[in-house]
Amino acid sequence: MERALELRVVEKAAASEGVVTLTLARPDGGRLPDWAPGAHVDLILPNGDTRQYSLCGDRWDAHTYRVGVLREPAGRGGSAYVHDELRPGDLVGVGGPRNNFPLVPGERYLFVAGGIGITPLLPMIRQADLLGADWTLVYGGRTRASMAFLAELEAYGERVHVVPQDEFGLIDLPRWLAEPDPATKVYCCGPGPLLDAVERGCSGWPEHALRTERFVAREQGAPARSAPFDVELARTGRTVTVTPDVSVLDAVGRAGVEVLSSCRQGTCGTCETDVLDGIPDHRDSILDDAERAAGDCMFVCVSRSLGDRLVLDL
Amino acid sequence: MTTATIPATGIDPFSPEVLADPLPFQAWLRDAGSVVHLATHDVYAFARYEQVHAALVDWQGLQSAAGVGLSNFRFEKPWRPPSLLLEADPPRHDAPRRVLSGILGPRALRRLRERWFADAERLVDELLDGPDEFDAVPALAEAFPLRVFPDAVGLGPDGRENLLPYGNHLFNAFGPPNALVEAGNGRAAELAAWVGAQCTRDALSGDGFGAAIWAASDRGEITPEQAPMIVRSLLSAGVDTTVHGIAAVLHAFATHPEQWRRLRERPDLARVAFDEAVRWQSPVQTFFRTATRDVEIGGTVIPDGSKILMFLGAANRDPRRWTEPDAFDLARDPSGHVGFGMGLHQCVGQHVARLEAEALVTALAARVSSIEQVGDGERHLNNTLRAWASLPLRVHRA
Ligand code: FES
Repeated sequence: MERALELRVVEKAAASEGVVTLTLARPDGGRLPDWAPGAHVDLILPNGDTRQYSLCGDRWDAHTYRVGVLREPAGRGGSAYVHDELRPGDLVGVGGPRNNFPLVPGERYLFVAGGIGITPLLPMIRQADLLGADWTLVYGGRTRASMAFLAELEAYGERVHVVPQDEFGLIDLPRWLAEPDPATKVYCCGPGPLLDAVERGCSGWPEHALRTERFVAREQGAPARSAPFDVELARTGRTVTVTPDVSVLDAVGRAGVEVLSSCRQGTCGTCETDVLDGIPDHRDSILDDAERAAGDCMFVCVSRSLGDRLVLDL
Repeated sequence: MTTATIPATGIDPFSPEVLADPLPFQAWLRDAGSVVHLATHDVYAFARYEQVHAALVDWQGLQSAAGVGLSNFRFEKPWRPPSLLLEADPPRHDAPRRVLSGILGPRALRRLRERWFADAERLVDELLDGPDEFDAVPALAEAFPLRVFPDAVGLGPDGRENLLPYGNHLFNAFGPPNALVEAGNGRAAELAAWVGAQCTRDALSGDGFGAAIWAASDRGEITPEQAPMIVRSLLSAGVDTTVHGIAAVLHAFATHPEQWRRLRERPDLARVAFDEAVRWQSPVQTFFRTATRDVEIGGTVIPDGSKILMFLGAANRDPRRWTEPDAFDLARDPSGHVGFGMGLHQCVGQHVARLEAEALVTALAARVSSIEQVGDGERHLNNTLRAWASLPLRVHRA
């Protein structure tokens, strides 16, 4: 029986003051969907909250995902839940991985991280290193103790510049961005003010040199449902109930309406189905943000419904 | 377990006899064990669905970058620069794959749908103005992809006849250097040069897949050096495979009249029909991988650097996975077949192939009440592809 991806927290560890890492694996030990640096997953917490976290583990390990979670005192409770409630052994729903922040080819990279913004950059750094690219990381944070993954980064030696604010102040961006270099890609992730400053600093750089990902608390829609929902098949007029333990694909199939599928992971696109009414809970790796917001199609092997009812063109 | 204790055979899967009718050999392989040693080429064979599927998704343990043919790029120089998609693994595979899957994704193809359906209707109309009997290989299976695909890529009008021989040689070259490869070697350089010349920005129209690839390089998503290589991948893998997939679905219907009747009643089964035909005939029969370390498969250790031959066609007919696998049956859910591969390297053009086939099958279903195959037809032998040289059909107009 197929169900939406549900992973077990196999390890929860402190990475620094205020940051924990979660290691997630399938309860049956199976392979997880592939991902590339810059990808994030949606974690659907047991309380129904959905939060996005960048994958910062090792893609050569097909069996676990790792994410870093910062406790955000001003947050809406998702990070507090992870820090205070979530325990090894708990199950969390997972959507994606999706990637809005891919690593493009480059001879040189300048990585600029602010705080927890280091997470998507970690696998990028490893990859840049593997490819033999020339790269530099400038990593700022409040204090050394608050900055996660410093021990891991130490192995890279002088390429890594650690800039705790209480020791050195803010990252000296003019120093790093003064000379536009057509062979360098600038990757930046972190809080809004850092991104704004890097954007300003790159104004004289070639177009497309700068790539950023903003950690913003996105407008939270309806929480993911843990209750069953109905799917109405418009062409046949039938309605099927989708319980939490089955995918829409399988529920529809059991009602005798087969949808072609292939990967069953939301990565290949084969099972695309038009949505006529209702709001899909997208868990695929395919749609970009605009397409997700449009809500007019979904990948029924993994995606579900936010409301009581979805109407599909089947 | 060691090599000495696993089942082995001296039969050459690339011999003309096996290529002409691979099914008995594949059945033997499946039954012999989960891993079989092929002594003729000193490679390991997977023919059961479970192992083929597992091998396809395990890019970490079984790499593509050492070549997906018999030739091992760790030790041998490839005959052409390796493909950035087919013959690459992460991290080098990422950017080209990402760009191409965006351009060929189901959402992006929506704009082609209407045009291709209209093109298919026109082609079928033209065909049905002629005699009732025809060879479906040139008349449909080749004609339709060659009508729509090069335009969609943005190729110029001249030299398109080179596409099929180029693809044919490329797919032969994944096998051992046998007579099929020798026969193609004479023109290989000339065809590769022609294909290469079509991949430059100037050679491509401004509105096709090719231009979209170049536009991605303008945005820095791939490099200007990668762009022509990615266009080349489209031209290499996008033509022959679709041609043989379409021939497969036509052959399936021509030999299963009850399935044609069913399709006529429910034309929306055209999509299922194509995937079922891809499962049933597996136009791409085999691909190789190379072990990146000693890997254990079903109790057998495959040594680092060994070539593994995955029999997609055998997996698609494995009775451990499919009920009555030899039947072409529209009531079956063919989902999960490995005819397009699986995982990271799964055919990036699968939605293009499906759309082409769906358009053509839908147009035929509207105009033709029955199709029959006239005689046995003639197989076209290729080291990788299962194909028809000639598929004589007779149709009755609706
Ligand atoms: S089957 Fe691949 S996306 Fe749903």
